[in-house]
Amino acid sequence: MSAPNKSYDPVEVEALKPEEVERARDEAVAAFAAATSLDELKQAKVAHTGDRSALSLANREIGALPPHAKAAAGKLIGQARGAVNQALAKRQTELEAERDARVLVEEAVDVTLPYDRAPRGARHPLTTLAERIEDTFVAMGYSIASGPEVEAEWLNFDALNLGPDHPARSMQDTFFVAAADGSPDSGLVMRTQTSPVQIRSMLEKQPPLYAVSVGRVYRTDELDATHTPVFRQVEGIAVDEGITFGDLKGTIELLVSKLIGDELELRWRPSYFPFTEPSAEVDLQCFVCRGASVGNPDAPCRTCSSEGWIELGGCGVVNPRVLVASGVDPERYSGFAFGLGLERILMNRHNVADMRDMVEGDVRFTLPFGMEI
Amino acid sequence: MRVPLSWLREYVDLPAGVTGRELAAKLIRAGLEVETVEQLGADLKGPLVVGEVLSIEELTGFKKPIRHCFVNVGDANGTGEPQEIVCGARNFAVGDKVVVVLPGAVLPGPFPIAARQTYGHTSAGMICSARELGMGDDHDGIIVLPSHYEPGTDAIELLELVDEVLDIAVTPDRGYCLSMRGVAREAAAAYGLPLADPALLDVPPANSYGYLVKVADPAGCDRFVARTVVGIDPAAQSPIWLQRRLQKMHVRPISLTVDITNYVMLEVGQPLHAYDKSRVDGPIQVRRAEAGEVLTTLDGQKRELSAEDLLICDNSGPIGLAGVMGGASTEILDPVVDQETGAVVGSTEVIIEAAHFDPVAIARAAKRHKLPSEASKRFERGVDPEASRAAAQRAVDLLVLIAGGTAEAGVTDIAAPHPVRTITIAADLPDRIAGLEYGRETVARRLQEVGCSVAGGDLLEVTPPTWRPDLTDPNDLAEEVIRLEGYDNVPARMPTVPPGQGLTPVQRMHRRVGVALAGAGYVEVHNYPFLGEAAFDGLGLAADDVRRRTVKLVNPLNDEEPALRTTLLPGLLAAVRRNIGRGNTDLALFETGLVFLPEAEQPVAPRPAVDRRPSDEEIAALNAALPHQPRRVAVALTGERLPSGWWGKGAPASWADAVEAARTVARAAGVELTVRQGQYLPWHPGRCAELLVAGTDRVVGHAGELHPRVVKALHLPERTVVAEIDLDLLTADGELQAQGPTVSSYPVATQDVALIVDAAVPAAEVEAALREGAGELLEAIRLFDVFTGEQVGEGKKSLAYALRFRATDRTLTADEASAAREAAVAAALASTGAVLRGA
Repeated sequence: MSAPNKSYDPVEVEALKPEEVERARDEAVAAFAAATSLDELKQAKVAHTGDRSALSLANREIGALPPHAKAAAGKLIGQARGAVNQALAKRQTELEAERDARVLVEEAVDVTLPYDRAPRGARHPLTTLAERIEDTFVAMGYSIASGPEVEAEWLNFDALNLGPDHPARSMQDTFFVAAADGSPDSGLVMRTQTSPVQIRSMLEKQPPLYAVSVGRVYRTDELDATHTPVFRQVEGIAVDEGITFGDLKGTIELLVSKLIGDELELRWRPSYFPFTEPSAEVDLQCFVCRGASVGNPDAPCRTCSSEGWIELGGCGVVNPRVLVASGVDPERYSGFAFGLGLERILMNRHNVADMRDMVEGDVRFTLPFGMEI
Repeated sequence: MRVPLSWLREYVDLPAGVTGRELAAKLIRAGLEVETVEQLGADLKGPLVVGEVLSIEELTGFKKPIRHCFVNVGDANGTGEPQEIVCGARNFAVGDKVVVVLPGAVLPGPFPIAARQTYGHTSAGMICSARELGMGDDHDGIIVLPSHYEPGTDAIELLELVDEVLDIAVTPDRGYCLSMRGVAREAAAAYGLPLADPALLDVPPANSYGYLVKVADPAGCDRFVARTVVGIDPAAQSPIWLQRRLQKMHVRPISLTVDITNYVMLEVGQPLHAYDKSRVDGPIQVRRAEAGEVLTTLDGQKRELSAEDLLICDNSGPIGLAGVMGGASTEILDPVVDQETGAVVGSTEVIIEAAHFDPVAIARAAKRHKLPSEASKRFERGVDPEASRAAAQRAVDLLVLIAGGTAEAGVTDIAAPHPVRTITIAADLPDRIAGLEYGRETVARRLQEVGCSVAGGDLLEVTPPTWRPDLTDPNDLAEEVIRLEGYDNVPARMPTVPPGQGLTPVQRMHRRVGVALAGAGYVEVHNYPFLGEAAFDGLGLAADDVRRRTVKLVNPLNDEEPALRTTLLPGLLAAVRRNIGRGNTDLALFETGLVFLPEAEQPVAPRPAVDRRPSDEEIAALNAALPHQPRRVAVALTGERLPSGWWGKGAPASWADAVEAARTVARAAGVELTVRQGQYLPWHPGRCAELLVAGTDRVVGHAGELHPRVVKALHLPERTVVAEIDLDLLTADGELQAQGPTVSSYPVATQDVALIVDAAVPAAEVEAALREGAGELLEAIRLFDVFTGEQVGEGKKSLAYALRFRATDRTLTADEASAAREAAVAAALASTGAVLRGA
């Protein structure tokens, strides 16, 4: 760098001649444009904007100029450097974009590769079906009750108006529980129905009582496609002032509508249960043949055995005798109760043809039902 | 109860077009469970005619004897010429009247009939057996008809082969529907038609010269009607109509007298018994059995009698188990041909018994002797005591009419006084029960239709008919009204339910546990709770292990599995095996359910009265008799817990997965577990975690690897792992309410520490000591490496922890974090003998 010298004519400084500055600028811009990679651009950057670059050197000469010439020279160099930096930045952006595009393509993967590393689980459809039914009733204001599976005979039979010699008692093929000494007189059975939960609920709480209970019950049936010795019932009871058979019908219709839909007809037919009077059986129109198989041997229906109807369960107005045995005043209160078979609802709702699938625990059966049904 | 439509029409004049199915639909809506409507002869097509056997040529040289016959079928074959038929049966002779099916006809099957060449002759049709005509399965022989039928007569009509039969499952309250009379009454009500009651007969009044009967137990037998018929022709056979009706009821025709008693029972519902009068010794007595008495019933069984058994006796002793089955000694004899005289010999004089017995006594006797009979089935459910006389009369009439007998004038009728049962019912009770207005008129009319007599105004005095012992309460009467008016016509409505509380915390917890396990990749199964000693042997349990103390069933489905589970594991492991057998080898299963844990001494459950609420003491006694039934959850894993794949190696299920599952369950329950080394079969003694609720010494379960011996005994894959937890114990502390933590925004200071301890020192203890020593600046601690090897020395292990320190109010200095770390290390050194690695 030249020393400051007042007699020095700036115009004579070679590096600051406008044509020299323009040349250096143009060379830099051209070099950047010619760079085909970020590495080349980096080299060009060092060459044209580094300390030893023409413009940097020229910039240093400005200090030696007389004050009156500094401004013009500074402006000249500043504009040139501005253009160079702009060109560098532009090219930098271009080359980075090119690199990114190339690298991202190289990093691409086959996203269709199967990725099933987390093992899948599922809840049993009878569990989730029970919860769905419970939720339907909880939404109406019912509570959920439960009771033991080994139950006192008194609760499973006597309190339900099924005395020791009642003919209906032998209809339910009961598992009897042996006493500790091995004798058959323990006074206990495997509950044959969820109805003892009704009694327990009433013994616990005076009306109004609205409760539902889903649980396992036991009968001495052999396992086949449509029977299992261990199955589930959903039991409901409502005891309050002025409860009628009509309330029962409305409640069951609502349940069926929530659970299965409104398309299928319900049939109410009188039946007999010692713990309800009047008693009814509710049948659902066969969801497969919708009755078309009845009397039509050419189109038999395996689902309903060509009867056109599928039994959902039994129900009725709680027998006042049951209220009495449970400590509820039958003069003031009346009630309804129902018990439906969960397995059968599952079969109807989800086209399960064979009850054994619900029992055997094959994961291939349960997995498709997921977490909720 | 089977109900042939043709027979029913005798009592109800149903419109001609009514089909069995239409009738069934009506009866179903009235509460009769019609299970099937059989179409008899639906695929049968004639010509099927009476034929007279003209000649029989015995063909020989074949594997079985064959007959070549010519049969006169009148003009039925169009020519009037004898019909040539080859036949394999032999129970007919020349001159017999038989049933012949001609070419062009179709027999049930369907089997089309055509003329064909066989055994060297033309066979233009068939001589038919009962089985071939679908009349019954009980005999293969050719039907030989009474001789008075004309050849060529249509046999389809003669044998009543086309009919519809309803099969009704009669509920226990509807004993009266175990008769044509009862079903006809329901059909009449359903169609609004009058009933021709078969029990409305002229019966001569009782007199003093009937067969002598003494009823010593009027409580057990409140009615005993006896009639005698003599001079019966033992050769007389049941006419076709009678046989056909019995066959349609699936009752096998036996002999005329027996057939008549069966027929009357089916018609009127009154079980009858016929004694061979010549074999009865002196007066009939009705009494309870005495100790040591025996009776051979007519099924040939010699039965030891119980003092509760109600008996029919004569001077020789018991001659019948009342209401259940008669005795062999006075049985009606089957007619047989006397070889010397050629005459038919058999019973010629009979005593007809039409009695009414106590339903409970009969039910118990039938159960005690395992002898449910058609009679006991009816008595148990209630027989109309007022129909006894008519039923006896009907039998007498038929014996006179068909069997050529003579009715003796004596009529025995012993009746204990029957109180008239009157039920008072508010006329609007059916309205209030159903929730709609029937009105008094409808209520009274419907009650009268079922046979009640009705008096009164707003309060009705109702006397139920004698055949409806089930009508005892006002609600029973209300049901009659509502069912006959139609359940379909009751309008549906909804009760007004008070606001509910939703699920209880425990119910929500049970759901969370299931969701958490399924979310963690477990599949839920439900297993039967039945097991036997073999299950405990498989688990390697000691002979005195408390889990072998089980609730036992009196009547298990399978004698090998007479007990209820005390652990979920046997059922769950069976499900594992079943899945593996089907090729599902990577398994993570779970089950929740009850186990049944009896006390060593379990009191017998009481049977309080039912005419009131049981006392609190009685309720407590009922509950005290129950075994403890806690809810458990169990998991089992085998195969790969994390699958191998293109991403690399997976991870086999290990003991740690079982412990993690237990933690998952506990966390879902809102409980933290502490884990310590356990020793509990069926787990591997070195790989068993005992699970406790944190901060307590309450053991809630175990988790880890199965003992290798158990794995082998149960044929499971090696290193199968399981956990079982008692959910009731997990919930015992109630719901935890989490408190919002203070989340510090100051930077974290991380410090690592590696400690060398004896291999036997549990990692949980080291961690606890580090936590204790680190104090409240410690935010988290994580064991990131466990190392054994030469560098750390024999019998030692190195545990490497990452400690995260953070303060809530300031940035920690390096000195503060180091001081906390040193305090942590010092605590670990002091309590576990740890040595700082590299120190």
